[in-house]
Amino acid sequence: MKVYLVLPLVAFALAACEREDREYRANPMTAESQEKIALVPLSAGPSGPTEYRSGLGKEYEENAFHISQGQRFYTWFNCNGCHANGGGGSGPALMDDRWIYGGQIENIVQTIREGRPNGMPSFRRKIPDDQIWEIAAYVRSMGRNVPKAAAPGRKDDMSPGPAEQRRPPGQVIDGGQVPPSAQMPQ
Amino acid sequence: MKRLVPLLLIVTLALAGCQGWQSALDAHGPAAHTLANMFWIFVAVLGTVWFLTMAALLLALRRRRPVDADPLVTDPGTEKRMTMTISVAIGLTLVTVITFTGLSYAAQKVLYSHKDGALTLLVTGQQWWWEVTYEDEQPSRVFTTANEIHIPVGEPVLIKLEASDVIHSFWIPNLTGKMDAIPGRQNQIQIQADRPGLYRGQCAEFCGLQHAHMGIVVIADTREDFERWRDHQVSSAIAPNDPERQRGMEIFLSRPCIMCHQVRGTDAGGKVAPDLTHVGSRRTIGAGTLTTTRGNIAAWIVDPHGVKPGVNMPTIQLEPDEVQPLASYLEGLK
Ligand code: HEC
Ligand code: HEC
Ligand SMILES: [Cu+2]
Repeated sequence: MKVYLVLPLVAFALAACEREDREYRANPMTAESQEKIALVPLSAGPSGPTEYRSGLGKEYEENAFHISQGQRFYTWFNCNGCHANGGGGSGPALMDDRWIYGGQIENIVQTIREGRPNGMPSFRRKIPDDQIWEIAAYVRSMGRNVPKAAAPGRKDDMSPGPAEQRRPPGQVIDGGQVPPSAQMPQ
Repeated sequence: MKRLVPLLLIVTLALAGCQGWQSALDAHGPAAHTLANMFWIFVAVLGTVWFLTMAALLLALRRRRPVDADPLVTDPGTEKRMTMTISVAIGLTLVTVITFTGLSYAAQKVLYSHKDGALTLLVTGQQWWWEVTYEDEQPSRVFTTANEIHIPVGEPVLIKLEASDVIHSFWIPNLTGKMDAIPGRQNQIQIQADRPGLYRGQCAEFCGLQHAHMGIVVIADTREDFERWRDHQVSSAIAPNDPERQRGMEIFLSRPCIMCHQVRGTDAGGKVAPDLTHVGSRRTIGAGTLTTTRGNIAAWIVDPHGVKPGVNMPTIQLEPDEVQPLASYLEGLK
């Protein structure tokens, strides 16, 4: 009888190990993940645009280690110079629900890798691919679009709001706005 | 006799540990001398106390008592002797404790009194390496290096300690005691070496995965040698003039390396990882993990996580024929 109680407990405990599975080395075979995403549901011809999401995103955004590495790289690579701690500056806010270029992790990876026309620089070949995924996972955690258990806890330095982990779960709404500071002719 | 041989061996080995480039008992600076003296005084006094206690215990165990002695019968002579003995013991204990407290206080005075030094360094502990900045009144003579400190012999050097992520602790056993490096505040410690040499140090506060590979070396030189070294470190990297190293430099500058590392005199301006301007002149890479050779640099670049799992340098994809030029470019940054 007791065994039936213990077994699920052990299973639960072991399941938690995945949360912090530490994958240090990138996939040595591919230089860049090949996701295909569409920004609008329109395409020429009767069928919709083809999309391809490999599922890699889940591995990153459900993993506490990747997200916290992303948090480190977010300041290392100076994203906070334009986006502050997520509240936005010369770049749009990243912690809100609204996304100009889509809020799924694949969209954010693409935003970072390719850059965006109104002043978001491209980081292709400046940041290795797996770090881009880690940063994107962290960006997702800002609006709490990742599981609560994986989102970062308290930051060491001063933070404008509650830690990512304590924010209410967010949703992704398309149609963000370019901040006025980025709309000026540059 | 058979048992004695391994015992002797262990004791010799243990004693051999007292000598060397990372040992608090092999003191080479005033602060370390103070600490080593304290250590030996404590060992001597506490050792004596321990032996006396053990001897008394043995005596008490071996002494024969009459089997049918009546516990209630007391003899005034014995009572008096017992009172005397216990009073003396308590008195000695008090004297020891007070002396020790006084000694510790005096030692602390010595350890934390900072003389005006000619040199001030800012050392920042990071996961898992040390950033070292040599301060100077002239801004053009300020420079940054990593994991290696050079000091002039016989002169006090002030070290300001900071941390960028978690708490670390700076410890050069041959020169001084430990001092924590804490994020958001600055601690200070002074080091001085009595004679030229190489002194190894180690992070002494658990700081994560690679805490064990967070070493630092202090190299004490004569004043002239030190000045020569410093003048060289202040200068920018010299552009390579052989084709292989030129190719290596192109590879370096077109890769993510520049986001984290700085090489003064080039476009690489990252400030979050060790400054590589003169990496080839340092004894080790990876905070004391590997000696600086071309092969080791190549091994590090190809797979940093094989050398130091979990390190904050990502594996960066390179073509097989790019590794050699890159490694020889870095090795040549003397
Ligand atoms: C030079 C300033 C600058 C830097 C540095 C910068 N960004 Fe941006 N970012 C922008 C601007 C401006 C936009 C808006 C672009 C547009 O609307 O076309 C933007 C857009 C974005 C978006 C899309 C937001 C949306 O609503 O779809 C994301 C995500 C993003 N940045 C993440 C990052 C990350 C992660 C980094 C660090 C690796 C970073 N940015 C660095 C300026 C910057
Ligand atoms: C994301 C930031 C980052 C990038 C990108 C990066 N490194 Fe590093 N690198 C580090 C960090 C952090 C260390 C210190 C690791 C340690 O000792 O714990 C380091 C250490 C080194 C060292 C040893 C230096 C020393 O004195 O210990 C060398 C050499 C080096 N990197 C070369 C490179 C090269 C070449 C590239 C590009 C192919 C590169 N790095 C890209 C972060 C980075
Ligand atoms: Cu440590």
